[in-house]
Amino acid sequence: MEKKLLVQLKSLTKRYPMGEKEFPALKNISLEIKEGEFVGIVGPSGSGKTTLLNIIGTLDVPTEGQVIVLGKDVSKLSGKEAADIRNKYIGFIFQTFNLLPVYTVFENVEFPLLLQKVPASERKKRVMEALEWVRLSDKAKSKPAQLSGGECQRVAVARAMVKRPALVLADEPTANLDAENSHNILQTMVELNQMLKTTFIFATHDEKVIQYLRRKISLFDGKLAKDEVVEPVYKAGERKL
Amino acid sequence: MIIPKLAIRNLLGAGIRTWLNVIVLSLSYVVIIWTQGLYQGMNEQISRAKIDSEIGGGQFWQENYDPYNPLCLDEAHSVMPPEIKKLIRKKQAVPILVVQGSIYPGGKVLPVVLKGIDPSQTILNIPTQYLLDSSEEITAIIGTRMAKMARLKEGDYVTVQWRDVDGTFDAREIKIAKIFQTQVQTIDNNQLWLSLPVLQKLTGMHDQATLVVISPELQNVPSTAGWKFQSTEVLLADLAELVKTKSVGASIFYLVLLFLAMLAIFDTQVLSIFRRRKEMGTLMALGMTRAQIIQLFTLEGATHSILAALVAAIYGIPLLVYSAKSGLAMPQSYDSYGLALGDKLFPVYSTGLVIGTTLLIFVITTIVSYLPTRKIAKLKPTDALRGKYL
Repeated sequence: MEKKLLVQLKSLTKRYPMGEKEFPALKNISLEIKEGEFVGIVGPSGSGKTTLLNIIGTLDVPTEGQVIVLGKDVSKLSGKEAADIRNKYIGFIFQTFNLLPVYTVFENVEFPLLLQKVPASERKKRVMEALEWVRLSDKAKSKPAQLSGGECQRVAVARAMVKRPALVLADEPTANLDAENSHNILQTMVELNQMLKTTFIFATHDEKVIQYLRRKISLFDGKLAKDEVVEPVYKAGERKL
Repeated sequence: MIIPKLAIRNLLGAGIRTWLNVIVLSLSYVVIIWTQGLYQGMNEQISRAKIDSEIGGGQFWQENYDPYNPLCLDEAHSVMPPEIKKLIRKKQAVPILVVQGSIYPGGKVLPVVLKGIDPSQTILNIPTQYLLDSSEEITAIIGTRMAKMARLKEGDYVTVQWRDVDGTFDAREIKIAKIFQTQVQTIDNNQLWLSLPVLQKLTGMHDQATLVVISPELQNVPSTAGWKFQSTEVLLADLAELVKTKSVGASIFYLVLLFLAMLAIFDTQVLSIFRRRKEMGTLMALGMTRAQIIQLFTLEGATHSILAALVAAIYGIPLLVYSAKSGLAMPQSYDSYGLALGDKLFPVYSTGLVIGTTLLIFVITTIVSYLPTRKIAKLKPTDALRGKYL
């Protein structure tokens, strides 16, 4: 069966104003990402990985070209429509976790569901389920400051996954984690990808992440250098958590 | 309902910073309500005293009468119209004849106002029953301030001089039958109260009066030719104006306090927006719109005022109730200001005052909280996520 097309980039170019000139962050990129993929955008710092991830995540818009995410043209979305897509269909995982410091683990994970106005009982059920996926049920009442870096990132994964998004965008998710925690997180994400058929797109230059990818899109100097299907070094359950 | 829920969650999560602002703001609530309650109490207390002892339910003035012009008194008396006489007969009004005169206590001359009043009246809280002296001597009652000024005691005799209806000077010895205490200086200072029939007889102004005080219970005031009715509102207008002026003066104090509280909230908001840029970016990534984030931050600021109202209620209600019940001892100097306050001032806190103050602080806090958040409207999610300042 043909897999659903989630992201379609057509001649995407992004330029940022830099004084009187413009700095080209992405140049003429075209690619497609389908449902259930576990794909990484890799490349050195400044190659445009985060910019590309932000545009796919409707946080930014292209200067030229067309970006279609979940059937919607990103350039044509209003602020409210873009926020709605992010809230319902896209989960974000950040390098610095970006948890809300005054909320508990439960409240952090609950947040996207609150925005979706999910009823309280349903919210509780889904939050606890998401915390079980990341093995943090016992930390539900803790505040982010009481957690380790690895635990914080697992909370971020749970927050991204709790709404069962079609797409999860992870920007350098392991950059602030040690090797053990990095593998734990990546294992969790591989499992969730297979269990829920969620598409994961990573922006990374971390070799540990690359070892789990099934597709590698290489950027260099804002251009698409290579787009290849790769055999992951680790698959779900192959490395003990 | 999500925004208020999140605002409260964020605010409570901010801990000591929130509570410091809340405590300062709660002080504003209590101080505003207390000072305004003092002036409201002052207004009510003085009004009540003046209604009880001087103005009753309003006054009819003889057409030439002007309380601010002592020279008018020669002409400001006439026979009362039948409508007023009818009220007097029913004990619903009491006539007062006002005449200029002089007394000579201890050999010194002292200009006074002689006021004749029906000794059996019950409308004004003046001990006029002491004027019911069956003996041949003329009796008078005076207030404590007048007694102090003229150095007169109960039982003293003093020479009184006046001019009768034809302008002829006359004089008699009168006995001070009673020295009464009153909060209302305007029925005390330089005033000598006599029996109305006696004063009418002494001046030859038979059946005449200068003004007529009506009972506060009287519902329908008749209209009369030549005698103008002055309602209690008109008669208390000067007092209301005076209290208002004092209240405005006092408001500077609490406006400074309110300003400090608002400055703290504004500062907190600016700092909050500066420090929480990344959080804003995260909120946008999670699906909040800029408008929702502006609402959230504004409401966080505005919620300070709600928490402050609750905190103010905890310690403010007992304090305010205590001060309303026990009153505030007034210094002697207040008496010389011309305010009929008495020994104690009892603050009055009306529902309007409490609700008005709460709303005022809520609106000001909301505006102050909103101003710094306007910058969020220009914030790009990608910049916010990078922690870039606006």
